[in-house]
Amino acid sequence: MDRIPVLKLGDALLVTVQVDMHDRLAAALEEDLTGRIAATGAKGVLIDISSLEIVDSFIGRMLDTIAAVSRMLDADTVVVGMRPAVAITLVELGLELRGVRTALNVERGMALIGRRSDAGRGGDDGGGDRDGPAAEDIDDDGG
Amino acid sequence: MEAAAVFEIRSSDDVVRVRQEVRARAVAAGFGLVDQTKIVTAASELARNTLDHGGGGAVRVESVSQGGRRGVRLTFEDQGPGIPDVEQALKDGFTTGRGLGLGLGGSKRLSNEFAIDSAPGRGTRVTIARWNSR
Ligand SMILES: Nc1ncnc2c1ncn2[C@@H]1O[C@H](COP(=O)(O)OP(=O)(O)OP(=O)(O)O)[C@@H](O)[C@H]1O
Ligand SMILES: [Mg+2]
Repeated sequence: MDRIPVLKLGDALLVTVQVDMHDRLAAALEEDLTGRIAATGAKGVLIDISSLEIVDSFIGRMLDTIAAVSRMLDADTVVVGMRPAVAITLVELGLELRGVRTALNVERGMALIGRRSDAGRGGDDGGGDRDGPAAEDIDDDGG
Repeated sequence: MEAAAVFEIRSSDDVVRVRQEVRARAVAAGFGLVDQTKIVTAASELARNTLDHGGGGAVRVESVSQGGRRGVRLTFEDQGPGIPDVEQALKDGFTTGRGLGLGLGGSKRLSNEFAIDSAPGRGTRVTIARWNSR
């Protein structure tokens, strides 16, 4: 059975969804990811959907589930690379992926996760909404 | 490309196939990227409903034109259990499965025309059309 590769990237895991997802693949991905989070202690999961031409409620539900399960294992999920046409369509569909954070690209997604794990090292401050530094200046390490 | 073609929906691979066929039609009708994405997403929702709730069925994919405008019309049909209360099924959040209950209402919003005909025991037919907005 084919599977979607899960790569380790610093403190995070990176998943690049490249093929049309179907049920078995989605289930396998959830299982692989949660196993890897537990094994590596990853603080975040980046899901790169830049090659997806559409996101429907099936994929949306998969992203939500991954985010919920990851959260229980103390990892943040950031969906990166959503195409503009997909974003427009998702809003009209009514699928706003409220439980999932998004970032424009992998670098920005990594920055979100990096900031969160830095804060985490300071102690138990996990409560409340994220009100860290503004999101504008997170890509200053580019080059 | 023929004016109309029918595709079976019996597996999740068929759903993928339907998306590809609808995309090709939308491109042929001159749709921009956003219009393409909307009709393909609506098709994906309805194909999945045909499979998951209707027990499988088929879709008729048509290239249509009206007053110089080009569009794509899709008719999904199954002989499944039908929908007892269509109005309720269209409401966002209503599901009898484990879904989000967004597919039916969402595909209506993503289409310019939407019609549904269903009765318990007879099956379900959903027809949508989207016109090139350029
Ligand atoms: N072809 C069909 N045959 C029988 N029942 C259907 C069919 N299509 C939709 N329904 C009914 O309408 C309900 C709502 O459909 P809708 O697509 O909005 O949500 P869903 O499929 O349950 O979840 P989602 O699409 O968000 O994953 C379904 O739960 C099902 O009960
Ligand atoms: Mg549905």
